[in-house]
Amino acid sequence: MSIAFPQPDQSILARRDAILAGLAAILPEDALITSEDERRVFDTDALTAYRRMPLAVVLPRTTEEVSAVMRFLHGEGVNIIARGAGTSLAGGAIPQEDAVVIGVARLNQMLEANFADRTARVQAGITNLAISQAVSHAGFFYAPDPSSQLACTIAGNIAMNSGGAHCLKYGVTTNNLLGVTMVLVDGEVVEIGGAHLDSPGYDLLGLITGSEGQLGIVTEATVRILRAAEGARPALIGFDSAEAAGACVAAIIAAGILPVALEYMDKPAIHVCEAFAKAGYPLDVEAMLIVEVEGSEEEIADALARIVAIAEDFSPRTLRVAQSEAEAAAIWKGRKSAFGATGRVADYICMDGTIPTGQLPFVLRRIDEIVKSYDLRVANVFHAGDGNLHPLVMFDSAKPGDMEKAEHAGEDILRLCVEVGGCLTGEHGVGIEKRDLMTHQYAPADLAQQMRVRAAFDPGWLLNPAKVFPLEGRVAA
Amino acid sequence: MTLQAMSGPASADTPLHLPASEEEAAAIIAEARAARTTLSVEGGGTKGALGRPVRAAARLSSRALIGVTLYEPAELVIGAKAGTPLSEIEEILAEKGQRLAFEPADYRALLGSSGEPTIGAVAAANLSGPRRIMAGAARDALIGVRFVNGLGDIVKNGGRVMKNVTGLDLVKLMAGSYGTLGFLTEVTFKVLPKPEVSATLVYPGLDDSRAIEALSEALGSPYEVTGAAHLPVGDGRQSAQTLIRIEGFKPSVAYRLGELRRLLADFGEPAEARGESLWRGVRDAAPMASLADRAVWRISTAPGQAAALASAIRGAITGRHSFDWGGGLIWLAVEADAAATRVVREAVREHGGHATLIRAPEALRQSVDVFEPLSEPLMRLQKRVKTSFDPDGIFNPGRMYASI
Repeated sequence: MSIAFPQPDQSILARRDAILAGLAAILPEDALITSEDERRVFDTDALTAYRRMPLAVVLPRTTEEVSAVMRFLHGEGVNIIARGAGTSLAGGAIPQEDAVVIGVARLNQMLEANFADRTARVQAGITNLAISQAVSHAGFFYAPDPSSQLACTIAGNIAMNSGGAHCLKYGVTTNNLLGVTMVLVDGEVVEIGGAHLDSPGYDLLGLITGSEGQLGIVTEATVRILRAAEGARPALIGFDSAEAAGACVAAIIAAGILPVALEYMDKPAIHVCEAFAKAGYPLDVEAMLIVEVEGSEEEIADALARIVAIAEDFSPRTLRVAQSEAEAAAIWKGRKSAFGATGRVADYICMDGTIPTGQLPFVLRRIDEIVKSYDLRVANVFHAGDGNLHPLVMFDSAKPGDMEKAEHAGEDILRLCVEVGGCLTGEHGVGIEKRDLMTHQYAPADLAQQMRVRAAFDPGWLLNPAKVFPLEGRVAA
Repeated sequence: MTLQAMSGPASADTPLHLPASEEEAAAIIAEARAARTTLSVEGGGTKGALGRPVRAAARLSSRALIGVTLYEPAELVIGAKAGTPLSEIEEILAEKGQRLAFEPADYRALLGSSGEPTIGAVAAANLSGPRRIMAGAARDALIGVRFVNGLGDIVKNGGRVMKNVTGLDLVKLMAGSYGTLGFLTEVTFKVLPKPEVSATLVYPGLDDSRAIEALSEALGSPYEVTGAAHLPVGDGRQSAQTLIRIEGFKPSVAYRLGELRRLLADFGEPAEARGESLWRGVRDAAPMASLADRAVWRISTAPGQAAALASAIRGAITGRHSFDWGGGLIWLAVEADAAATRVVREAVREHGGHATLIRAPEALRQSVDVFEPLSEPLMRLQKRVKTSFDPDGIFNPGRMYASI
């Protein structure tokens, strides 16, 4: 347990009864959770090694309730932790003892779909997948598709600027969000953006996307929905080396082809996923690409023929185009279950750095060396088109000190990502996990500017206060 | 802190700073801050007439900060010093078959300016053209910035990789901030391959409502339309033209054009145009540029509201209008006076969206809002953001809003 939490504010803990009474006065009975058993459900997120019992949890059903709760807590000087579905891998939704969790999961309604304007208005607690499901009858979908899309909320996606496997073509959350209703720390409700493109003045919509619950709580959102392509099909290409796979990715892009997805798996990841998903992955290769293209039957055939011709130059050991829906689904099942499948064979932490794709072979070699130096193993799956790595550093939680070793290895990997020109996190967010590495990516003046912007929204640092920025050296407005 | 009083707008007599390095820029800004004087920030100075008039003690231009700092075609990324001419960036990209996908507009004809637009100003004005509906805006392609803030600190945010959620996204704030938050010294953009072919279906004779219906049908199809505009009668056109653009590999473009013709059969028989010249006119608002004495507005709205919004304005005042972004962008040329301004603002309030007064005489830009007026709580947030970058109000005072 190497990540520090701030010492709870004893004066808040001492006033717990009064604070709960205040919340009870402004919320329906079932929207306030105070018992220890029920609060425990909310004491961590997907970074389960860290847990803190919150002061209380509120589950409002309306923007007005969120506003009333925030106005009250702001007046009392109580910290606030926003929570969607609690799927953050970075600890973005982990509470602290002197904070109230505001969960938006009950704000889960689809409000309006406008197919002519290609927009959907939703409550922010709706799950990512539910948006696509609500518009699929008309052939539309919501593009960003994080692996947790069955559970994760659009509120959490906005907080972390979530991506997914298809963002090479469709972009990440910030590229697909048009407007929000947001409650500020003092309870004021603001409308930013709308059903139109771009917003006047400074781009606050862009700023709040990825702000990790530190600028306000989003209760409603207007997102772009897109008409789905006529069809899509993946191909599997296996190589003898990471270098060959990396060079093939570069050649595909240089040829002017932009696949909808371009995923990379290394040998350990291939083996783990194949054992789980029976996707027919080649077990004798060092690296494998899943390349997916979209369009009509003829367009898919044309694009895959171009890709196959390019891949031939890199002596692929395996080259297989999915011949059926079932085969395509199996190929994706293997990739999408990489985290779960790894979890069956070992405990792991999932890193999320991004690197310039030209550095790929070097970085993979260094990751291997780093992990070996800690006497651990690693499986690599990542979005090759955009350089977003997901090394899964495996450890044994039953072995004392093993998790700490994994954390250290993970930190070394993220420092490496920054050193080669990349960044600490591509789509999971900083949370508590990478908070103390921020000084590695940013100079003091860079961080001070970010913290002044943060403080412009939340001068008292009440919103998700222990996240993103190092606990030392915080800057006021 | 009171700033040194200024007697008039920035003119040729105003001292001009041309820093050749980031450090030099930081020193100039720190000095201005210490002396409590203001700076008018520019690149090539071609968009100086966009925004509220700025009165500043000196001009600070990025024109001497030039050169591509990074270009990796296989990584789809280009970085350059802020003063690098846009034309140079476009040439370098074209050599490798790539481009800035958001189709940056050239407002020189519209604003009657000359000189070289810079890549920094493309970021600072968030200048996006017709492909914005499909490929995103300049703000979506901008992935990294370096700038000097109002404290004289050199700040970087974002980087050279496409996926980056490390800390607050100040890149988005810098995009479209018109030099009011900081002096950009370097910008990095995501780029995309240039397609093999670009082709456009041109439907004649549709009225505004029918045209926007056709554009919505096309944009709601699986055929990945990359341009959707409607040019009503006028500007030398005897018949309205509704434009739908498809780009890609040859066989794919041929297929998609055929499917779109079938899908849009009710809207008539289209002609087919090749190449980009048609779209350059749409991008640069050419139909408005020729009306020299008119004020030109750029209105972003929901496409479903566009025809009614344009009609509400045109019912009240004479002028010319056209549509881009499937109807979501309305270009409008009307009388350059306060009464017409009120009509535009009222119609936008009624139908939703936001309007920017892109071109108008200085006196009008001084007396009315150039950018869409904001609600009181949003304005308060904007001011706090401005203060967090530029606490003493050194940069471009009043350029976007009178109070920031």
